Amino acid sequence: MSLFFKKPGILTTVQDLGRTGARSLSINPNGVMDVGAAKLVNAVIGNIDSAAVLEFHFPAPEIEFDVDTTIAIGGADFEARVDKDELQNWSSSFVRKGSVLRFAKPASGQRAYLAVEGGLQIDKWLGSSSTNLAARAGGCSGRKMTAGDRIECSTAFDDSASLQIGQSIIPRYSRSPTIRIIAGSEFEFLTATGEITFLREGFILTKDCDRMGYRLSGRRLHLLDERQMVSAAVTFGTIQILPNGQLIILMADHQTSGGYPRIGNVISADLPLLAQCGPGDEISFAMVSIEEAERLALEFEKELNFLRVGCRFRHQYGDH
Amino acid sequence: MADSPKIFPLGDNCVTVDFGNELSIELNNKAISLAKYFTNTPFPGFIEAVPAYSSLSIFYSVIDVRQSFSEFITAFAAIKWLVQASLQYPDEILKVETRSIEIPVDFSDHAALDINFIAEHGDMPPADVIDLFTSTTYRVYMLGFLPGFAYMGDVDQRIAVPRKDSPRTKVPKGSVGIASRQTGIYPLESPGGWQIIGQTNLDLFSPNSDSPCLLAPGDEVHFVPVIRL
Repeated sequence: MSLFFKKPGILTTVQDLGRTGARSLSINPNGVMDVGAAKLVNAVIGNIDSAAVLEFHFPAPEIEFDVDTTIAIGGADFEARVDKDELQNWSSSFVRKGSVLRFAKPASGQRAYLAVEGGLQIDKWLGSSSTNLAARAGGCSGRKMTAGDRIECSTAFDDSASLQIGQSIIPRYSRSPTIRIIAGSEFEFLTATGEITFLREGFILTKDCDRMGYRLSGRRLHLLDERQMVSAAVTFGTIQILPNGQLIILMADHQTSGGYPRIGNVISADLPLLAQCGPGDEISFAMVSIEEAERLALEFEKELNFLRVGCRFRHQYGDH
Repeated sequence: MADSPKIFPLGDNCVTVDFGNELSIELNNKAISLAKYFTNTPFPGFIEAVPAYSSLSIFYSVIDVRQSFSEFITAFAAIKWLVQASLQYPDEILKVETRSIEIPVDFSDHAALDINFIAEHGDMPPADVIDLFTSTTYRVYMLGFLPGFAYMGDVDQRIAVPRKDSPRTKVPKGSVGIASRQTGIYPLESPGGWQIIGQTNLDLFSPNSDSPCLLAPGDEVHFVPVIRL
């Protein structure tokens, strides 16, 4: 009972919500880039938040189901097809043993998620199924999927009710999003002009955008003085200013520490928007308070909980 | 308290406590001991505490912290309060035990890729470089860069060579490098710009072991030359 990879896709990895507890050993969390999408696709098929999912890019994988199961896809829209049938993102679908999942084209977004009822059955490393490519550990032997790989999963029963995630909770993806941030500890290092540029102008994502970080291109930002900093912790969403005055935003595969000034941090609620941006997209930043950042994070969790309860109810009692 | 540390949010689920922007054993001890304190007595919603040179960062679940500390407006305010309270504790509560670890190093030519450069820089024969390097007790300030990579110091000023101008694309696994007053061991083959003084055959990172990394913050390290017969 497994998923069989007829084609691996360009960068397909097993991820969950990340590995915590080992940052002090320089083992970073990894995990899905678009936490919102992963939680939603898991919720709609009744999985727990931390169930392992597949994260993939375009060209996407081609997967044969060696098992009857229920799946959900979300995040980027790569126009999924199961055999000849179109498959809508953000809904649960029952797929029969022997059917093949393919993706037609990258319609929008950068990374998509496939959740399978019961989660992908992957041995955990340090408490998580996430793939750590740098450490060559976790997920599928610490590497991206290759043709011929299999991932175990469990059988599900056909309860033909397909559930749909409500629009209000799906992240509002855009190719020119406003990304909300809270000030970083070195925000005050920016000159007055630098602050204005940072918060009022757009920044283009360069081709150097991957799971480790996004390099941005925009008007050069200046610092009040070129102070040397001792290395300190950084995290998913930390915005650093490089010596050339350009910005980098650290993403899921970031290193655990860094020595460049941290002028801001993307709020958790907006990391999914960033995760779906790619080279050429333009982002702008808006500063919010920590109160607002926490409120937005909690609001998503609350709505997610409604979805979870609703899906569980319909799974148990059907759609009548 | 003489100097109160700077406490600020690192994103919306982490607090950083910064004791000062400098390399010192005293500040590093503060960071490590406070990290151990929170790890050993976790508050509801605690995820992990990560020490760096002179700061520590405490990661938490906003939802859990808000549930348990509902009298605070934000999870950040609650954790900041916990940190401030912990800073009042007497040093004995926060005392750190130090582990001492010996690392055998092969300083022969095939392993010590940059020893001649270091010798020239220090204006001394390679044998003296090795003597100076191995006569120091090093401290693991923090880990970073690669899984299990420990930033250690302090390298004797006379052999504190700067990083290479252009990094090697492949530094062999186990290579022991110097960059200014710091030394470190590459746990995996990796690109890197540190000047390589020798190589160890110890595994710094073994993913399948219960304790995957040999070194941890606060450890004391001695390098011992491998005797070649």
